[in-house]
Amino acid sequence: MSVETTTRAKVRWGLLDVIVVVFALIPVLWIASLSFKTPATLTDGKFWPREWTLDNYRTIFSTDQFVRALVNSIGIALIATLIAVVLGAMAAYAISRLDFPGKRLLVGVSLLIAMFPQVSLVSPLFEIERQLGLFDTWPGLILPYITFALPLAIYTLSAFFKQIPWDLEKAAKMDGATQGQAFRRVIAPLAAPGLFTTAILVFIFCWNDFLFAITLTSTERARTVPVALSFFTGESQFEDPTGAICAAAVVITIPIILFVLFFQRRIVSGLTSGAVKG
Amino acid sequence: MSVNATPAGAQVSAEAERPTGRHATVPAQRATRRAKSPLSGNKKAERRLGWLLCAPAALVMVLVTAYPIIYSVWLSLQRFDLRFPDQREFIGLENYVTVLTNEFWWTAFGVTMLITVVTVAVELALGMGLALIMHRTLVGRGIVRTAALIPYGIVTVVAAFSWRYAWTPGTGYLANLFSDGAPLTERASSLAIIMLAEIWKTTPFMALLLMAGLALVPEDLLKAASTDGATAWQRFTKVMLPVMKPAILVALLFRTLDAFRVFDNIFVLTAGGNETSSVSMLAYNNLIRGLNLGIGSTMSVLIFLTVAIIAFVFVKLFGTAAPGSDDSERR
Repeated sequence: MSVETTTRAKVRWGLLDVIVVVFALIPVLWIASLSFKTPATLTDGKFWPREWTLDNYRTIFSTDQFVRALVNSIGIALIATLIAVVLGAMAAYAISRLDFPGKRLLVGVSLLIAMFPQVSLVSPLFEIERQLGLFDTWPGLILPYITFALPLAIYTLSAFFKQIPWDLEKAAKMDGATQGQAFRRVIAPLAAPGLFTTAILVFIFCWNDFLFAITLTSTERARTVPVALSFFTGESQFEDPTGAICAAAVVITIPIILFVLFFQRRIVSGLTSGAVKG
Repeated sequence: MSVNATPAGAQVSAEAERPTGRHATVPAQRATRRAKSPLSGNKKAERRLGWLLCAPAALVMVLVTAYPIIYSVWLSLQRFDLRFPDQREFIGLENYVTVLTNEFWWTAFGVTMLITVVTVAVELALGMGLALIMHRTLVGRGIVRTAALIPYGIVTVVAAFSWRYAWTPGTGYLANLFSDGAPLTERASSLAIIMLAEIWKTTPFMALLLMAGLALVPEDLLKAASTDGATAWQRFTKVMLPVMKPAILVALLFRTLDAFRVFDNIFVLTAGGNETSSVSMLAYNNLIRGLNLGIGSTMSVLIFLTVAIIAFVFVKLFGTAAPGSDDSERR
């Protein structure tokens, strides 16, 4: 490395680090701070709360509106993630291990979908789902989520699968393991980290979506939290919804923070491995 | 790593064998195939397995995108307002004339283009800096990477609310930064805040893609350049940038197309007020608020075409460096 490891260099890098960390964290801290403010101090314009309260959290968890949305968000994101990872793993296995015509076509198609403007699907999907009775249901959201998560899943997983030393499987079988044992004891443990990382990335994608959730739902039946948040605003006219919105926002940020804290390395490797490959 | 598992190898052999046709399975070839792949006894079985494994994913992707897009073209050729369903009829390209001569459409188009160009340019610069920091930093590398992932992971709507309240007079810590007015009620400042929110959210993603490129820069080369007296700037422009070019182009393409879809931030920050609608916002308003499927679909098709043109220009301009053309040989 050309950078000399002197104290001055360390301080310079440290300073840059601090700037990055502060810049990344301020909006998150701000919304958390707002969620702990009492209604009286909400509009004091201070960054930190002067009086702390948990009332905003009590409020949202006592309303059906938020709890339903949270259940919808978790259920829809988990199911979509599970299906996308299973389908993606099958396709990625084929892409990285098997030889068949049409492979490049599949890679090309998933690339096109990754670049696809999702808003273009909003009008036709709205009409198609209305006709099929999928509008405002869980499957109605799960389907587009799987579709747009698949390119991500396929790219990340094939990058992971290509790094697995598949010869170990052969070696295990030579040592007397059955096909099933070779898969369970050798290949599955090697593939698990890749599957797990992909699942996190896909979950974050589904958890984040706003466009499909707001166009393909109309009631609490399938409305997810990001959409419910934007509706908090209009509904409680007599009460300022800011505190409630912030509390709900903090609740749906918690899983993201946990993922990032515990799996930072995995997320970075997953995103970059998929990226270098294209 | 076994030889047959490398992407390039698999890809090349697939290419080489395609011309021989589906039926031509030379015994010798079959033998090598058997030796190479422990799963399939012969090529046919391998092909069938490959198709079988890919079919579900391919089917879902095509059913949920290709069919609706075609349907959307069909809808765009009709007068179809859900409030007046009995007036539905085929009107050819009339919707396109309506949209393309509408000043709201062009305003939204301009706003979208402006946001796309400005945010992507700023993100490229900041992202490069962040990538260098994440790649090279001597202290607290883990902390920086963790912090940088938070904007990437956080729900866009949540971040948008945070920015909205930050700029709301009375509530926010930023509201009185520039003037006593309400920044989110004026066009220029609203657009600036939308862009700020976008840049905050997506710079880490750009940086991660660029970091992947940085990892490909050989240390020896940098050291050699340094020994030969190259300055830091020269090392950056003459050594790192050329090696990183493919990664930069991929990052640019993906972020450009992504930025063009801007919706969540505008929805929460301004709801499209004061002429800050993007094309996505406008299409949404025509569909959900206006319930006009014909016009909404016309906008959908136009947005799709615009994105296709941007992608095409990227691929044409940068040729083989673009993704899709050589996605397996990149490494």
